Amino acid sequence: MADSAEFVFSDEQRELRAAVRRFAADQSDEQVVRRLMESDPGFDPKAWARLGGELGVLGLSVPEELGGVGGTLVDQAVAVEELGAALFCGPLFGTVMLAIPALVAAGDEQLLPALVEGTRTAAFAVGDRGGAFDPADVSVRATADGVLSGTVERVVDAAAADDLLVAATGPDGVGLYAVDAAAAATQARRTQLTTLDSTRRQATVALDGAVGRPVAGPDSAQRVITHALQVGAALLAAEQVGGAQHLLDLSVEYAKGRLQFGRPIGSFQAVKHTLADMLVEVEHARSAAYHAAWALGDGSDDPALAASIAQATASRAFAGVATDTIQVHGGIGFTWEYQAQLYYKRAVTDAALLGSAEQHRGRIARLVLDTASADGAPWVATGTE
Amino acid sequence: MSTVADSTRVADAAHQVVRDHDPTEVPVHEFLAATFDAGLAWVHFPEGLGGLGVPRGLQAVSDTIIQDAGGPVPFSLNPIGYGMAAPTLREHAGTDELKREWLRPLASTEHIWCQLFSEPGAGSDLAGLATSAVRDGDEWVVNGQKVWTSLAHRARWALLLARTDPDAPKHKGLTYFVVDMTGPGVETRPLRQMTGQAEFNEVYLENARIPDAHRLGAVGDGWRVAMTTLMNERSSIGSSGSRRGSGTIADAVALWASRPELHTPVLEDRLTRLWLRSEAQRLTSERSRALATVGGPGPEGSVGKLVGAELNQHVYEFCMDLLGPEALTYHDYTMRDLQRGEDYRGPLQQRFLRSRANTIEGGTSEVLRNILGERVLGLPGDLRADSGKAWKDIPRG
Ligand SMILES: Cc1cc2nc3c(=O)[nH]c(=O)nc-3n(C[C@H](O)[C@H](O)[C@H](O)COP(=O)(O)OP(=O)(O)OC[C@H]3O[C@@H](n4cnc5c(N)ncnc54)[C@H](O)[C@@H]3O)c2cc1C
Repeated sequence: MADSAEFVFSDEQRELRAAVRRFAADQSDEQVVRRLMESDPGFDPKAWARLGGELGVLGLSVPEELGGVGGTLVDQAVAVEELGAALFCGPLFGTVMLAIPALVAAGDEQLLPALVEGTRTAAFAVGDRGGAFDPADVSVRATADGVLSGTVERVVDAAAADDLLVAATGPDGVGLYAVDAAAAATQARRTQLTTLDSTRRQATVALDGAVGRPVAGPDSAQRVITHALQVGAALLAAEQVGGAQHLLDLSVEYAKGRLQFGRPIGSFQAVKHTLADMLVEVEHARSAAYHAAWALGDGSDDPALAASIAQATASRAFAGVATDTIQVHGGIGFTWEYQAQLYYKRAVTDAALLGSAEQHRGRIARLVLDTASADGAPWVATGTE
Repeated sequence: MSTVADSTRVADAAHQVVRDHDPTEVPVHEFLAATFDAGLAWVHFPEGLGGLGVPRGLQAVSDTIIQDAGGPVPFSLNPIGYGMAAPTLREHAGTDELKREWLRPLASTEHIWCQLFSEPGAGSDLAGLATSAVRDGDEWVVNGQKVWTSLAHRARWALLLARTDPDAPKHKGLTYFVVDMTGPGVETRPLRQMTGQAEFNEVYLENARIPDAHRLGAVGDGWRVAMTTLMNERSSIGSSGSRRGSGTIADAVALWASRPELHTPVLEDRLTRLWLRSEAQRLTSERSRALATVGGPGPEGSVGKLVGAELNQHVYEFCMDLLGPEALTYHDYTMRDLQRGEDYRGPLQQRFLRSRANTIEGGTSEVLRNILGERVLGLPGDLRADSGKAWKDIPRG
């Protein structure tokens, strides 16, 4: 909890990492991932409840007064990174990356304890435009009594969620509402979609007269949603780092062991240099993701800029590393049986969620280039000196 | 935490130095000698040798205070001295007296240092070098030719790698020395580079004599000593400053801001990509600095050198493309030697041309990718045509 120097992990954080890694090795090996991704609801609720109840890693940055352990966002990023490395199946995106940060920002005590315990899960039914929130995009309407109607497309983790957080436009503006999905089953219809990444499910949520409890009113909803999207961007980047590091390790091992022309393929420079470039990408993504986690936690940087730097860097890193992983493995990298495809699909999915690298670069351009000063520009020789 | 106490100690010492020796008033040599005496030249060095024995990551604390007070950036005045010679001398020079004798004027920049490593026949394959050193009593007699020696024309001292045993395999027959560049038998001839200037030189060694006391490390152990130099070189070359947006990228961003009429969306995204990469590298350097302990830089420093070099090139290519035909002029191709203190970077076009060297000097980008692959990732080495052979039997050309 105490302020720690940026990038320096505490002993507790190292222990946390080791504990989550052990749990993932035990509960989420490749066989388990493959079984769960072809089952319903797509994850193991008992394993999820253990993550929340036993390990206590679902609400690490939730303040104690709201039912959490009062850790930091860096703690949460460490746990998410390890779960990402194992391609852990579960509603991390909807619950941990978005709903919990939104509820914390809203100061809502009601739903947090069960989400943090892992006995309930949530999805964030708020359309974002490239990772940013625009009230004009809200597709759900609310009456003054919080009765909601409208459709939200492709909501991650919504099919199995117990709680839906829905942005809706009411008479006084946009608010964030909580819908109990089981209680409102007929007024909140969820249609499960077949997803590119079977380990990260999506559903379309059609609301027709569902009753929502206001979590954040028009005066605070925008702030709450924006905060959730920024924290989500930082945590998603941590997940991307975990996935990318796993693939780099896998590719390096393969390149050491696979022999062609009588020598390991890793001794060929075309392969070796590809792996060296992958290393650079992973290192950059790690720096950008953890900078965002530190900065959003302690306010040491502009949160919008830090989140965009993290997403623009980590999305490209994970997707690029996943692409190269397939190439370095040759034919086996293209098979259904080999794990590269699972991570590749996650990488493509993560790159598009909460804004693409391009959308975040566009935002960085607005924040950095539009405000830049011409002072110190190098002189340009004119040929008449 | 002890790091907090160390940090305070460094900050106090830096404030004291700028209080006692106002860097905007006193001559640069005097100011830098004072930072050496205060242990702020290399904070992780031992006390008395320009350091305070605290973690290396705290150098930034001192540098920021000194530079904010208008103090010089000593690295830019004596780059090989600060970046490479100092860590090598500290680790390998024979006695503390010698270390002090060399380090203090190095730190004050009264003595410029250069590096006599590369030869016409030995660049990337540095261990194949041919310059010979033969023992003669308490001295060594050196013969050979070095090339691309930056700053040799201004240097007082040089780091020299020479062959002492041609019958041993190439890495085993090398010994490391410090040479007096003003002594007899050392001749320096300027070499002109594509910018028109002469930053580097050829150095001819003809029966140059070196006292044995000026040998660093054991006879035949020169390669290991050279590794200290090269690791430090690579980690010191990186382009990114420690402040966001500083370093080479600042040139492109300021130029962009100065020419709004040239903006297009495609160019904007190109510049944003460069900014982002430079920021990711800056954060990565900060991260490795934060994690660095008292020890020297590891092969990870090569990430910064690799990324920084390519980034510099892309940044200046961007600037040239932004200006288009307007940039196709030059200020002056007259060959001249750089004068101390002048802005060596020159106009944009010169910076652009100079950046071509970035992926060659201090290890080519191909070699750096080999290092990352082999030493960081642990991949198997390339097939070597020369392995195990005596140096004298290896083909050269
Ligand atoms: C501006 C500048 C300043 C310099 N200053 C100094 C100095 O102060 N002191 C000093 O000692 N040296 C200095 N150098 C020399 C520099 O270290 C060498 O130029 C460099 O190591 C490359 O050696 P080379 O020029 O002989 O090229 P070569 O080694 O012949 O390389 C030619 C090409 O072959 C590639 N290549 C070679 N080996 C391999 C391999 N194993 N795998 C893949 N590709 C390979 C290289 O990457 C390069 O593309 C300087 C160079 C420059 C440009």
